[in-house]
Amino acid sequence: MHALKTHRGLVAPLDRANVDTDLIIPKQFLKSIKRTGFGPNLFDELRYLDEGYPGQDVAKRPLNPDFVLNQPRYQGASVLLGRRNFGCGSSREHAPWALEDFGFRVIIAPSFADIFYNNAFKNGILLIALDEATVERLFQAVEANEGYRLDVDLEAQTVTTPEGEVLHFDVDAFRKHCLLNGLDDIGLTLEHEDAIREFEQRHRQARPWLFRQAG
Amino acid sequence: MAGQTLYDKLWSQHLVKQRDDGSALIYIDRHLLHEVTSPQAFEGLRLAKRKPWRLDANLATPDHNVPTTLLERAEGNAGIKDPVSLIQVQTLDDNCQSFGIEEFRINDARQGIVHVVGPEQGATLPGMTVVCGDSHTATHGAFAALAHGIGTSEVEHVLATQCLLAQKMKNLRVRVEGRLGVGVTAKDIVLAVIGRIGTAGGTGYAIEFAGSAIRELSMEGRMTICNMAIEAGARVGLVGVDDTTIDYLRERPYAPAADLWDAAVADWRALVSDDDAVFDKEVVFDAAEIAPQVTWGTSPEMVAPVTGSVPDPDAEADETVQGGIRRALAYMGLAPQQKIADIRLDKVFIGSCTNSRIEDLREAAKVARGGRIADSIKLAMVVPGSGLVKRQAEAEGLDRVFIEAGFEWREPGCSMCLAMNADKLEPGEHCASTSNRNFEGRQGYGGRTHLVSPAMAAAAALAGHFVDVREFHAQPQEA
Ligand code: SF4
Repeated sequence: MHALKTHRGLVAPLDRANVDTDLIIPKQFLKSIKRTGFGPNLFDELRYLDEGYPGQDVAKRPLNPDFVLNQPRYQGASVLLGRRNFGCGSSREHAPWALEDFGFRVIIAPSFADIFYNNAFKNGILLIALDEATVERLFQAVEANEGYRLDVDLEAQTVTTPEGEVLHFDVDAFRKHCLLNGLDDIGLTLEHEDAIREFEQRHRQARPWLFRQAG
Repeated sequence: MAGQTLYDKLWSQHLVKQRDDGSALIYIDRHLLHEVTSPQAFEGLRLAKRKPWRLDANLATPDHNVPTTLLERAEGNAGIKDPVSLIQVQTLDDNCQSFGIEEFRINDARQGIVHVVGPEQGATLPGMTVVCGDSHTATHGAFAALAHGIGTSEVEHVLATQCLLAQKMKNLRVRVEGRLGVGVTAKDIVLAVIGRIGTAGGTGYAIEFAGSAIRELSMEGRMTICNMAIEAGARVGLVGVDDTTIDYLRERPYAPAADLWDAAVADWRALVSDDDAVFDKEVVFDAAEIAPQVTWGTSPEMVAPVTGSVPDPDAEADETVQGGIRRALAYMGLAPQQKIADIRLDKVFIGSCTNSRIEDLREAAKVARGGRIADSIKLAMVVPGSGLVKRQAEAEGLDRVFIEAGFEWREPGCSMCLAMNADKLEPGEHCASTSNRNFEGRQGYGGRTHLVSPAMAAAAALAGHFVDVREFHAQPQEA
């Protein structure tokens, strides 16, 4: 996983609440057995006017000119501004894989769905929850100013606007540590191998039926 | 000191290590796998040269991509026409074989939707932690198991360490008291709950479903409710242990037997919230007031009683809500204030991990018996949740009831719940579906999903539009 310490990026506004994982990456693209290559199909149903399926040459597909990510002014955006309950729906990690593959590093919204929140951090995407009023202000600023960029500093937990306003955000210490250092969860957990073995043994003694196989 | 909630008990029984930052390492007793979210996890294990921590905690079955017609299934994996789907199923087979994980393959009678299979086998037990790379893992909470969906990175983490990094949730109790009306089911309860608290109402909480109406439900009904906890934003849904739980588990293949059974039962009896447990939040429903529910929009919270109508966006104060309703109505091809009973249907799907268990099929068959699907219905299908459910239904003659009424009787799998196999909606088609998600495109590009109970779906199939199943029941039916 790559580390993220600071990030400066162009902001794209996605003005709808409850953006679900089916919208982020429709299920016909879940059939891949790989982790990469989902970017071209991010928001497939919104981005293209035809029906998408795996293995297409996306360059030949008709783009939906009304969709925000297709507008010239948002090309190269790496910060996504969203509305409440972003990422609801399934547990598919393909959603953050697609967002990451497309080039998003930071998503700002009033709230995020639980599983998506976890999955995004594990894939090096920083999710920043800001209150509704602040997010609304950002939407207005992004739409009013072409080339609107935000500066994100994970260490300091701040987002700085072009006007110089500094917005503070919360992030839990563990996720912050992992993202700052690009750490792999499994390696970290296996540092506690002895504690796990010990727990497992006690657990097996107390509740042996949890370890039973079909007989 | 105040008592503990059921969730608190399960959490503390599995706590391996508490970290200073509030996150914790919890031990996982059961890990269920399917073909869609596991390949990248196995790939990760291989790349890092890691081995699964405890093989016997894992159980796998393909479900999302499997075809559901008898003809295709007769060929086993070779019957999967879509090459990409085939690769996923084969990859699961190969991974399970090479790592030594038990798998119910495509034509094993025990194959089925992973959330139907686990409980049916007794592989889901009270007091377990159960995870799966699938958000509807919440289903297993009906057994007082701490169960939730995880992402693929976490699938790999659980395989490698038998643990999960987790954060303790808050406690929300949803109490449903009183008696349900005739023809009103568990599905209607959970849709009504989501309609009231919203799709983010449970975010950050473990929801315990309690109250006399929940006690009255069968395990199947409780699973339906916990299944959709995630649709209310909660990763975890729970129901405390009682006789219904214990009776269901007796003599299941993976359940304990003999002396171990008695010890287990004694332990399970404690898996209820203490009387003096404190919940962070509580919501109460009167079961008698719940009517059969139908979703009209593109989010499960966009739901109305069958006697009601589609909302009018102009009547909403909040602009985001207004916009959401407008967008949903445009997508669904519905007009503001249109009566729910006037929504005409093209297809009907009875199945999915929400409603494909034997009791669901019995309820639908009760309505379908002696009837005939409306001429306007292009396809009505019944997809049992597992090979064993199918066998049981056939032993009871339910397959005949459905077939005689014009339904297609299919082989087990996720099928048109998410349309990863060939079963899907065409653009613009309206479908009465017993599944759990009505998101845009969920059942096929441009498809329009209305979530309902199995009885409501069967009634809609016969009428060609939504009807109040309570009145349907009241009409004398031919034998
Ligand atoms: S039936 Fe539907 S919701 Fe359930 S596991 Fe399958 S695809 Fe997911």
